[in-house]
Amino acid sequence: MSVPLLQVNDLKKHFPVRGGLFSRTSNWVYAVDGVSFEVERGETLSLVGESGCGKSTVGRAILRLFDITAGQVVLDGERIDDLSPDRLRGMRRRVQVVFQDPFSSLNPRMRVRDILAEPIRNFGLAKSSAELEAKVAALMDTVRLSRDALDRRPHEFSGGQRQRICIARALAAEPELIVCDEAVSALDVSVKAQIVNLLQDLQQQFGLALLFISHDLAIVEHMTHRVAVMYLGKIVEMAPRQQIFAAPRHPYTQALLSAVPVPEPGAARNPIILKGDVPSPINPPSGCRFHTRCPYVFDRCRTEEPELRTTGEGEWVACHLEALPEGPGAGR
Amino acid sequence: MALLEVQNLQTHFRTPEGINRAVDGVSFHVDEGETLAIVGESGCGKSVTAMSLMRLIPEPPGKIAGSVRFLGRDLLQLSERDMRAIRGNDISMIFQEPMTSLNPVLTVGRQIGETLQMHQGFDKQAAEARAIEMLTLVGIPEPARRVREYPHQLSGGMRQRVMIAISLACSPKLLIADEPTTALDVTIQAQILQLMLDLKRRVGAAVILITHDLGVVAEIAERVMVMYAGRKVEEAPVVELFRSPRHPYTQGLLGAVPKLGSSLTGAARRLVEIPGQVPSLKQRIEGCAFAGRCPLATDLCRQVAPGLEEKGPRHTAACHYAAKEAAAA
Amino acid sequence: MSVSTTSRVPLPPGLVIAQRLPDLMLPPKIRRGVLGFLRNNPTVAIGGALLLCLVLVGIFAPYLGTVDPTALAPAKRLRAPSADFWFGTDLLGRDLYSRVFYGARVSLTVGLSVAILASLAGLTIGLVSGFVRWADSIIMRFMDGLMSIPPILLAVALMALTRGSVGNVIMAITIAEIPRVSRLVRGVVLSLREQPYVDAAVASGTRTPMIILRHILPNTLAPMLVQATYVCASAMIVESILSFIGAGTPPTIPSWGNIMAEGRALWQVKPYIVFFPAAFLSVTVLAVNLLGDGLRDALDPRMAKSL
Repeated sequence: MSVPLLQVNDLKKHFPVRGGLFSRTSNWVYAVDGVSFEVERGETLSLVGESGCGKSTVGRAILRLFDITAGQVVLDGERIDDLSPDRLRGMRRRVQVVFQDPFSSLNPRMRVRDILAEPIRNFGLAKSSAELEAKVAALMDTVRLSRDALDRRPHEFSGGQRQRICIARALAAEPELIVCDEAVSALDVSVKAQIVNLLQDLQQQFGLALLFISHDLAIVEHMTHRVAVMYLGKIVEMAPRQQIFAAPRHPYTQALLSAVPVPEPGAARNPIILKGDVPSPINPPSGCRFHTRCPYVFDRCRTEEPELRTTGEGEWVACHLEALPEGPGAGR
Repeated sequence: MALLEVQNLQTHFRTPEGINRAVDGVSFHVDEGETLAIVGESGCGKSVTAMSLMRLIPEPPGKIAGSVRFLGRDLLQLSERDMRAIRGNDISMIFQEPMTSLNPVLTVGRQIGETLQMHQGFDKQAAEARAIEMLTLVGIPEPARRVREYPHQLSGGMRQRVMIAISLACSPKLLIADEPTTALDVTIQAQILQLMLDLKRRVGAAVILITHDLGVVAEIAERVMVMYAGRKVEEAPVVELFRSPRHPYTQGLLGAVPKLGSSLTGAARRLVEIPGQVPSLKQRIEGCAFAGRCPLATDLCRQVAPGLEEKGPRHTAACHYAAKEAAAA
Repeated sequence: MSVSTTSRVPLPPGLVIAQRLPDLMLPPKIRRGVLGFLRNNPTVAIGGALLLCLVLVGIFAPYLGTVDPTALAPAKRLRAPSADFWFGTDLLGRDLYSRVFYGARVSLTVGLSVAILASLAGLTIGLVSGFVRWADSIIMRFMDGLMSIPPILLAVALMALTRGSVGNVIMAITIAEIPRVSRLVRGVVLSLREQPYVDAAVASGTRTPMIILRHILPNTLAPMLVQATYVCASAMIVESILSFIGAGTPPTIPSWGNIMAEGRALWQVKPYIVFFPAAFLSVTVLAVNLLGDGLRDALDPRMAKSL
């Protein structure tokens, strides 16, 4: 049994809300409050959820863009959340990122050539400047951009082209895992398709693992192997793709899937319309965090937080309905 | 007579790099009570079209030409004063970002009441009472309390409902909705879409819905118009458009959208890619605007711009090679 | 349907062709290069040109028909402007034209020096403040304290500790201007740190010093340049005020403030003594402000192409 590429154990990240004369902490935002999952080599795990669920924070925590409050992040068997800055640098090569906004993800004053050369130089991946040139040019070919774009600056490119440059930058480090933080959300429909196809091709070509963070369920279904659904800082359901999309077990997942507008006029629609709005992560509800909006809420939900339990091979659900004696599926 | 009839609408902008031909000869109509969706990607000119209808384009850098007949009157010929009497009253608009479209220093009730006081001469008490009615209509709980609250005290979904309430306060005949659900979460979007469907039945206003989301189009629209590079490329009733798109761009667009449930049918197909990117609107485009990216393009396409031709019942498309019969697309 | 095509391909019968609609306006002339930039941004052009004239006046003062500005000639005192003395003479018979032109040197030297020194110091402090969290509160409270003292009073107090000289004036005004610049730089640094491309650089293994040098600094320069012009304008005015009240440049060196101070008592009967230095000061400050405003618009990333 091989060690998974990435293992996250009970990850917590709380942000302080500062206020007052000397920036005293008045409150905490429980952005991520106990998240655990694994990513195998070469597979795509998607983190889905709506705004405020903490999925972007999980991505950034894995990238060590800040320190985590509690929990562990284990890369290839080695803990990376408590590494010294020097050892951390070596680990950074293996986990790269593509961000959402193609317009602010690239330094407007740098040429594309220098943007791509930065990670190569930092990690010492080229022994001579000739080799550096060759690698940079090869990266442009890989993301299907013309080589004479190397001397231009980001503002001369369209959104889709900039996102390709971001992907090339991520690939420059020769990583094993790429965190895609809403990488296609800001792109037009036809451009989204180009980039999704490119990511899938690159996964095949380089054996990359992808942590695909998104709120767009249709895109997720198209390219993922497994899905983890998040709500208010916790994972409420995790399962292989077909299981989640064919028979979601958690009421939130069911509502989420039914809410996606289907591009088929006249199709039968039964959207489960949730009441109310998403509660604030500063003051999450007691017990099950979803109980304020859940159509199946009962007493236990208000007081006791359900644990993530396995219901089958690779399937996990955090819901009290699973524990009801009538068995799952009851009351729905 | 149609409620709204637009003929050869053009909106050009003067920029230091050249003339930006954002809308370049668009014609369409909207009948009473019907919902027309204008679909396209960024830069196609759909938002500029909406702003041109309402004459919200700043005229020094921009210029509008053509005719926009609303109940027989050409809106482009009206004085600013007459136009003001129509905005918010006969034609309303809701925008994409509810946070920046609501005034943060006025209460919700005051903002709804503003249009009532201005257009229909309500006094303050009557305006507040009607504001509470509108809040109930758009499904906001505890309307009597909410009417005194400020926008920052409401969530994104509720703010969008307030925007809808403001726009419907004077019972307009036409509502223009510019990407009304794009900035909202999926579950909130479902709430708002259901609200819009419900209001459509009860209020009976005609709606122009501007969006890039084909799923939203399928749920709400009755007729669809596809725009590309400032021109209309296809128009059809919604079922017909999805079932049998004729223009290669529309076909590419529909092919590029992944459908929920695709993994279950085992159809693990690759998403259709439209190669290249939208041409710059600052150069005059000879011939078909889509020719640079179209798999069917020929020399004819590059030299002669196709006009809109009837390809089926109430179905027009601007393409020299689009099939006339209802072929299996 | 009106048809106008430039087709060389034979048209098949029954082809439906789109109506060709005319452009609604004349195409603007596309202006490229430095000259084009100046024509697109007239504010920069005017402000820059004016400032350039004044700098040339200061540099070439000895060759522009002036005489020794400190030469006393009591017999010719308080003459109105005439063919001999273009701006007239002051209380001690000195030629005002020469004094005003030489005075330009002082004002421009002070203005430019303060702008450069305050920018460098403010940049350093702003960078440290933006990056070292625990130092930020301390530094900013100190800057707040400094800013709460009116700049003139602060400069006067600092001058009281030393002798009057141009160098000391420059130091005093610089200290008074540093808080403003450091505040601006800190604000820009804090917002730049949030940019995804900085996070991407961190993820690419870039060390903090390189992040500051390569990613933060280049994007700070544009707002700082604009701010520097405002600092320059402000410094020139403060210098004039200091000289006016006798706390600035020593009376042996002609400066616009000195000249105005000497003409103060007589301005109702001999207004030209105060008028000419005041006019020159106003025009210089206006030029610098125009340059700053123009640069701010030109460098605004929303409207900017690569410069």
